Amino acid sequence: MSKIVKMVAQRLALGLLTLFTVSLIIFLGVQLLPGDLAQAILGQSATPETVAAFRRELGLDLPAYVRYFDWLGGMLQGDFGHSLANKREISELIGQRLLNTLFLAGVAAAIAVPLALILGIMAALYRNTLFDRAINVATLTSISFPEFFVAYILIMLLAIKMRWLPGISNISGEIDLAERLYRVVLPALTLTLVVVAHMMRMTRAAIINLLASPYIEMAMLKGVPRWRIITHHALPNALSPIINVVVINLAYLVVGVVVVEVVFVYPGLGQLLVDSVSKRDMPVVQASALIFAATYILLNLTADLLSILSNPRLLHPR
Amino acid sequence: MKSKAARTRGDLLLEMRGLRIEGQSSDAWQEIVHGVDLTLRRGEVLGLIGESGAGKSTIGIAGMGFARPGCRITGGSIVFDGIDLRKASAETLRRLRGSRIAYVAQSAAAAFNPAHRLIDQYAETAVLHGISSRGAAERDGRALFKRLRLPDPDRIGERYPHQVSGGQLQRAMVAMAMACRPDLIVFDEPTTALDVTTQIEVLAAIQSVVREFHTAAIYISHDLAVVAQMADRIMVLRHGNLVEEGTASRLIEAPQQDYTRRLLAVRGHRKDEAAPTVDAPVLEIRGVSASYGGGVKVLEDVSIKVGRGRTVAVVGESGSGKSTTARVITGLLPPLAGEVLFNGEVLPPACGKRSRDQLRHIQMIYQMPDVALNPRQRIRDIIGRPLTFYLGMTGKTRDTRVRELLHLIELDPDEYIDRFPGELSGGQKQRICIARALAAEPEVIICDEVTSALDQLVAEEILKLLQRLQNELGVTYLFITHDLATVKAIADEIVVMLRGRVVQQGGRQEVLTPPNHPYTDLLLSSVPEMQVGWLEALLADRAARKARGEAVMESADQ
Repeated sequence: MSKIVKMVAQRLALGLLTLFTVSLIIFLGVQLLPGDLAQAILGQSATPETVAAFRRELGLDLPAYVRYFDWLGGMLQGDFGHSLANKREISELIGQRLLNTLFLAGVAAAIAVPLALILGIMAALYRNTLFDRAINVATLTSISFPEFFVAYILIMLLAIKMRWLPGISNISGEIDLAERLYRVVLPALTLTLVVVAHMMRMTRAAIINLLASPYIEMAMLKGVPRWRIITHHALPNALSPIINVVVINLAYLVVGVVVVEVVFVYPGLGQLLVDSVSKRDMPVVQASALIFAATYILLNLTADLLSILSNPRLLHPR
Repeated sequence: MKSKAARTRGDLLLEMRGLRIEGQSSDAWQEIVHGVDLTLRRGEVLGLIGESGAGKSTIGIAGMGFARPGCRITGGSIVFDGIDLRKASAETLRRLRGSRIAYVAQSAAAAFNPAHRLIDQYAETAVLHGISSRGAAERDGRALFKRLRLPDPDRIGERYPHQVSGGQLQRAMVAMAMACRPDLIVFDEPTTALDVTTQIEVLAAIQSVVREFHTAAIYISHDLAVVAQMADRIMVLRHGNLVEEGTASRLIEAPQQDYTRRLLAVRGHRKDEAAPTVDAPVLEIRGVSASYGGGVKVLEDVSIKVGRGRTVAVVGESGSGKSTTARVITGLLPPLAGEVLFNGEVLPPACGKRSRDQLRHIQMIYQMPDVALNPRQRIRDIIGRPLTFYLGMTGKTRDTRVRELLHLIELDPDEYIDRFPGELSGGQKQRICIARALAAEPEVIICDEVTSALDQLVAEEILKLLQRLQNELGVTYLFITHDLATVKAIADEIVVMLRGRVVQQGGRQEVLTPPNHPYTDLLLSSVPEMQVGWLEALLADRAARKARGEAVMESADQ
């Protein structure tokens, strides 16, 4: 057991190190962006003196390393700083947006993950049949189209032609959960179509990869039914690669939704990031980027831990 | 449990007529079993014996109406207790498998699912086939574990396969096969992967349960001496044909076919023991201790002397440190303490620090010729490389030398020099490995289990070749093996190792003649002999000695 604790601690430490490195890269990257906030706010007609005074007021005249450590120190104390554009607390600005993004990702994951696993298992069970091929072609097709294209097709079919679902996912204001769910169905469906193929194909491949193992032959010769061979004998040993792919896709659902949020005018973190970049609102850009990075790192850490826990050799040492 | 009162021992249980099976090799189907007949009566044990490729395993598994992927049953009939397995539906077959016909695989470590506890895997069959409840199945499992003399039978089922030793797993698999008290069990080389001392335990376990429950069995093995202990009747197979069939004793005492005689003679090859040399040893290791990554010591104060031109065999069970000794000598694993001397000169511990000449003098031949040869290189380059590397030969000189070496290992140079390893048989590949070692003109060759991956008759030829080369070239062998028959055949001196220590060391006659160190005696007495009833006699003898209060050493893998 102590071995597992050690491995977990190691992974955690590595995660923190990665996060620190990423914060540095984000900060440097933002410095490299062209344009200047003070200039952008004050407009072309502002005199150099006013711009300089405004820069001083915002703290933009300080050396980069001072600003970096100020920012990092603030972050560590939970102070995300203020938006340069409208002076609001960033934590307040981001908070609701992050919840919205997580909500959408959660709904999409709740549809996509079980669907991908079930389709993957069935494709493995009926491998090389018409069903298997149809599933493969369908999922590959859906992943091959750009997501905005998938989104507009779905809007055209389900929102405009059928009028079943709203084409714009506005969830601001006081609305109950059922209404909220109803309004995010379309973006969630779009995301599902984008991520399902990857997870489903990995599930299928990981299971089929094991079907030549002696213990699968043993299960057949014990008279175990086919579905049970797949779910009970192959799947538990195939979990590690499947978990990793599922988690990469979950991370994508949180981090990669920018396009889908824009198409559906969904008030998520991705929208905020895009807006802030165009407004040169660097503290908000930095904070959003760091949250995305942390999500990635946290989810990958979870994948590592689940992989360890799915390995009986590690869980039950000799 | 079904009533078996109506069925009596001696009724026909399984009958195959004109069985034909095809195997797929590079897109084409080729027949690998050519019309074999097989009859098995209730309670009878039938041995199937032959070299690899004889089709014995394929035929055995066909008795369950099963063909492995890449194989298909194309002709003949398979009738099990009145059910035609070739015409039966998939569902009928599934219901038979595990409940009335069970299977015991060669490697239990691979055939148990690593993700589930032993008792779960045991109970699965009985519960799935609706024979007993989960609780009853677990109770029955614990009783069977006890019956098969597994340690701590009440709790061993809670373990995962990787937490249990190879011999124990193999017995747990026998228990699993017995779970539904089947009419027939197919044993597919169940002891081939085990050490001799462990093999005895598993053989005894199989024999006792098969007899107690009057289970009929098909026992597949490449080892005639083992089959002779287990089977009432034996079928000798070769290239998918039946060579000879008869009762075990008839087959061993009066074989009709030449091929059977050759299988029987396998263990007859004996070398004349060379007179001990008085010269200083060519290779010596002194007080070597070693471990992998600073963990538990795998070698503890090991000292071995190897005289020039002699064959020193290092024997022991798996995990005794034989191969680690070879790694220390070659410098692949620098020892924690002790030194390796070559011609009286201390060698640097790590091979990277040794001079090219020091490396040249000690060569190795490995257990698996398949993976020891680069599949993308032609024989010319495989043998030619050490010639260039050690002796600086190039072009025509090198080519001539490669041809000479191929002659030496009895392969026709014109035919083989441009082949890839994939175009050779297992025995031929091992010959190439020998030629590659000889190319360096070494004084010492370390042979690490060089015959254990080969069929017996092929292994025999390799041993003869090694012997001839020693006579002609005076090369010294350090021969690492777990197979005592090989040791008896070729060794001048024997080193017996147990758990990283040398327990005995001496001339062949001395070590092979009891009484000796109890572990040596245990090893020697565990080698199956070509004689019906040998196993019972051995077990009775050990039991009697135990009863008299004598200390009887037991296998480490209990």
